[in-house]
Amino acid sequence: MSTIADIQNEIVAEFEILGEDRESTIFYIMELGGTLEPYPESFRKDEYTIQGCQSKVWLVAEEQEGKVIYKADSNTDITKGLISLLIRVLNHQSPKEILNADLDFIPRIGMGNILGSQRSNGLAAMMNQMKRYALAFQTKQNA
Amino acid sequence: MSIQVNSIRSLFPILHQEVNGNPLIYLDNAATTQKPQAVLDALTHYYEKDNSNIHRGAHTLADRATRQFEETRESVKAYIGARESAEIIFTRGTTESINLVAKTFGAKYLQKGDEILISTLEHHSNIVPWQMLCEHTGAILKIIPITDAGELIWEEFEKLLSSKTKLVSIVHASNALGTINPAKRIIDAAHAVGAKVLLDGAQSTSHLDVDVQALDCDFLAFSAHKLYGPTGLGVLYGKRELLESMPPFLGGGEMIREVTFEKTTYNTIPFKFEAGTPSIAEVIAFKPALDFITSTGKANIHHHENDLLQYAVELLQDVKGVIPVGTAAEKIAVFSFNIQSMHPFDVGQLLDAKGIAVRTGHHCTQPLMQRLGLEGTVRASFAVYNTRAEVEVFAQAVAKIASLKNK
Repeated sequence: MSTIADIQNEIVAEFEILGEDRESTIFYIMELGGTLEPYPESFRKDEYTIQGCQSKVWLVAEEQEGKVIYKADSNTDITKGLISLLIRVLNHQSPKEILNADLDFIPRIGMGNILGSQRSNGLAAMMNQMKRYALAFQTKQNA
Repeated sequence: MSIQVNSIRSLFPILHQEVNGNPLIYLDNAATTQKPQAVLDALTHYYEKDNSNIHRGAHTLADRATRQFEETRESVKAYIGARESAEIIFTRGTTESINLVAKTFGAKYLQKGDEILISTLEHHSNIVPWQMLCEHTGAILKIIPITDAGELIWEEFEKLLSSKTKLVSIVHASNALGTINPAKRIIDAAHAVGAKVLLDGAQSTSHLDVDVQALDCDFLAFSAHKLYGPTGLGVLYGKRELLESMPPFLGGGEMIREVTFEKTTYNTIPFKFEAGTPSIAEVIAFKPALDFITSTGKANIHHHENDLLQYAVELLQDVKGVIPVGTAAEKIAVFSFNIQSMHPFDVGQLLDAKGIAVRTGHHCTQPLMQRLGLEGTVRASFAVYNTRAEVEVFAQAVAKIASLKNK
């Protein structure tokens, strides 16, 4: 199993290949959105949406054998792509690793610059919510 | 006379830049227009030479600043055809102008059971102040419905009008769809039942001839920054007799005649409604913006912008996946649309990657979006400095994005 740092490095390398062209970077992110696993419809409810995103985002997580499994969806393709990156980095990691993770791939791939402040805020809200799930599972594990 | 668009563009320094590696194509003019050099120069000149507080200074700078400030009031008066400059009140923007009327006209004239009419097309700034007033007074807010094309349903408006109607507050041109409402007809119909009319001119005043005497509107609200002028400045026009009868809005300096701890008497209009130090630099710099529009000619501007709109419609009407939103017969140069199976936000971001600035979302008209069954739209809005070549680049970019999901 790759570490969070390894996966982030992989993503950074992939985005380096894309170069500076903003349009192709966005197209690529949108394509990544298409690779997201289908979101379970029973969790498509307001209580699973994330506040702070202009686009709608649903996120749910479960614990399997000490690892966290996230599922998420959005009504915009770019956001779906970003979610798929976050899930790729954090899925199947332990709550502890997720809580300690320094998610630096976002600035390293220049995403803040590409996304603008609205989506960046949404992305931050998404990461916070993912960490909150991890914290909940960790608390449960330690109980 | 037609528009010499290249010479006009040379007056706007901000247009001459690249964004994300492409020449900037600024199509977010309904949100705010860019400023000609003369406006920028006036701002700088004021702070370099004339900065001073207005109206009571006993020195030369204060006198210069006051004179220029009041010259703008004269220009605004002429621009909208008001009887006298005392009917021109400077505010922070359209939103504040409408709130001022809601608070002061509302306090004086609205009672429980009275009715205020607005339309489905309204911007939140022409909805929320009335909701707040209704909550406060027990007055009732009634909504004029629209057709799918985005036009008022006249018969429904007539049905809603009654002796209970105290105010019709209506948008002259819709920011989200571009629909031009028949202002004169609305005003006459409202007056026939004894109601007053506030015209929200935020979008219309830069594109259309808006003459308050010809229209006979009771109030007109608009913002300088949508007329090539500075931000943070708006105008409220009101008929003298109404303004005089209304209580003040904010209390403070400037708006008083005499203050004692027992009783304060208020200044005359317009100063009664201009408490505190106003946006002096912005007011002064608004005059060259109005001069720019006047010298270019409203009719020329409208003709040019309409040509751009028609061109955009022509280039995009048969593109698979492009869905125009708002197809009223009379429109200002706003092209609102969606792309099948795509979120407007994504479309906006892809256009931005090409240096094309548009607005996406609900455009502060959530009830309108709900009526149309949409989450939002992508909105391109044109101004006098936009070109047919820009429209072509925009249309090509939209067509490319549409092809992603609409093979």
